[in-house]
Amino acid sequence: MSEFFTLAVLATTLASGIRLATPFLLAALGETIGQRSGVLNLGVEGVMLLGAYGAYYAALNTESDSTAWVVGVAAGIGIGIVMGLVYAFLTVVMHADQGISGIGIFLFGLGFTDLLFQKQVGVPIPIRGVSKAPIPVLSDIPYIGQIFFDHNPLVYTAFALVPIMWFVVNKTTFGLNVRAVGETPEAADTLGVSVNGVRTTTIVIANAFAGLAGAALALEIGIFQNNLTSGQGFIAIALVYFGAWRMPWVMSGAVLFGVVSATVVQWKTLGIVSGGASSLTAMAPALLTIVVLVIVSRRIGAPSALTRHFDRAG
Amino acid sequence: MKKSNRFKFLLALLAFFALVAASCGDTVEDAVDDVEDAVDEVDEAVDEVVEDDEEAMEDDEEAMEDDGEPFRVAIVAPSPQNDLAFTQSMVDAVNAVSNDHPLEVAITDGQFIVEDAGAAIRGYAEEGYDLVVAHGSQYGALLEEIAPEFPEVSFAWGTAADTKGIENVNAYTVRADEGGYVLGTIAAQISETGVLGVVGPVEVGDAKLYVDGFKAGAEATEAVEVNVNYIDSFSDVALAAEAATAHIGADADILTGTAQMVVGATGVAQENGVPWFGTQANQAALGEDIVVASQVYHWEVILTEIIAGIEGGTLGGEVYTIDLDNGGLVIEFNDGFELDAEIKAAAEQTVSDIIDGTIKTGV
Repeated sequence: MSEFFTLAVLATTLASGIRLATPFLLAALGETIGQRSGVLNLGVEGVMLLGAYGAYYAALNTESDSTAWVVGVAAGIGIGIVMGLVYAFLTVVMHADQGISGIGIFLFGLGFTDLLFQKQVGVPIPIRGVSKAPIPVLSDIPYIGQIFFDHNPLVYTAFALVPIMWFVVNKTTFGLNVRAVGETPEAADTLGVSVNGVRTTTIVIANAFAGLAGAALALEIGIFQNNLTSGQGFIAIALVYFGAWRMPWVMSGAVLFGVVSATVVQWKTLGIVSGGASSLTAMAPALLTIVVLVIVSRRIGAPSALTRHFDRAG
Repeated sequence: MKKSNRFKFLLALLAFFALVAASCGDTVEDAVDDVEDAVDEVDEAVDEVVEDDEEAMEDDEEAMEDDGEPFRVAIVAPSPQNDLAFTQSMVDAVNAVSNDHPLEVAITDGQFIVEDAGAAIRGYAEEGYDLVVAHGSQYGALLEEIAPEFPEVSFAWGTAADTKGIENVNAYTVRADEGGYVLGTIAAQISETGVLGVVGPVEVGDAKLYVDGFKAGAEATEAVEVNVNYIDSFSDVALAAEAATAHIGADADILTGTAQMVVGATGVAQENGVPWFGTQANQAALGEDIVVASQVYHWEVILTEIIAGIEGGTLGGEVYTIDLDNGGLVIEFNDGFELDAEIKAAAEQTVSDIIDGTIKTGV
């Protein structure tokens, strides 16, 4: 165990945790604003898969290595927006059940990306993904630089979006409307807020984030494979509850989950755990999430109008 | 369109119809009615596809009348058929056999969920396929339940060294430790740091054999440290990538791994210019500059025997093994990687020594 508690290994582990946290942090930020407006989207995983495939395919077909990842990011976000419009049409306009619609979106993303991958690509072909962009000067700080300032641009983007999203939700008129719509949509409507308009906007934002999250995953790894996300979209939904619908806490949960996962990987690599103990430690991130969820669920409630349709006539 | 693709397409179509239907009704009853209508529409679409399939099959059968009935083989596998790993090795093998033997092949891939695989296996058995290949050690319990219900159908299960005592089940396995040993000897010789990293899925089956063989070969050749990381998943590509990064952080300058999630690790190896050793299928396509060599499974060696046995009336009860000796395992070098000629010659000598028994892998 002593080999783990060296500055070099700890720095590597924390940096790895931040990298691992990035996709589900992005997805969780989007899901948070969606849920704050009263919309649950269980289809995050499916949209992430669609975004990941779109980013991969776009990058694969971009000749310039230096711009391939930018094209990939644009594709991922674009697909997210389209899926957001679809989901908004189903749940806001047509009043479809949010839970069932989300599961449908997930299944659609899972099956459709696999089908497209097999038809359009075939075997896994590596792409030039997004490279590291060390921040000058800061990345040279021993250990701290490696942990925080030696990542790819999408990692920085994810963490920069946390205060931005916090500001949007808590300090802007739009954010006030989002919170009002998520708690008491009837009252918000009485005050002249377009409940369905706000919800449509948050759904599109949330799905754009999910598409970006999928793109971040595919471009970080530089490849696509069936079910690439492996449940990260569902982790993102859990993180929203974990973080009690507060952006900073959602980020804390994502980092904690990522760091615990990275610690398990590091322990296995260093031979600190092996055999049955190795399998048990692999469950640690999930167990931790469940324990915190149990605690949080007793402390803070969800937005009052979460999953509730709004119909002025009704 | 292959059967698995068609299933996924229909699944996506069903999900789409369900979504639209769920959104069109104001009441639960309306939604249920609409979903039922949507399901009926999909059923009709399935019927049309099945009719098309049957017509196509009839055409094929007519074309083969002169050569006799084709042998019908179905494969059910956990990962995609083009995974450059476990599933692809079996698909490639069936295609190789079909060059010399008329085969009608059906594939259902991506069956990570064992219960879903069970439905596919049962479906093929009910359709009367001559051989149903359950390509995954996790499918053993399914065969115990399904195979006795279809005594006229032959099943093959692998990787496994046990037929479960069922008369119509053949088992097949691979001495992955042999090729792993050979690759380990090469890795130890080209490593400069003396640290090798291995990314494994779950510590079972041919993955464990390969990893143990690789470690034994490396340690028998040089004083090296072999770090093994089983990530406890066959599918988590991101975690495999992170495990590879952790290995490099721990000074590993050679990487290897097994199972379909290694595509994440090969990406990390490529980015860092770290040589990679592949297994199950030729993985040169994952990194033309970094893949040194791959241990490639040629299941066709035993598939030919299994099919001959079935045609001779033996539906099961046998355990088949591919290894270096029978040609079921082949070490394929990547021409894109410049490997020292002496090291390559030494590796080929190691292959010979394993075949003649001079070297034991100890696994």
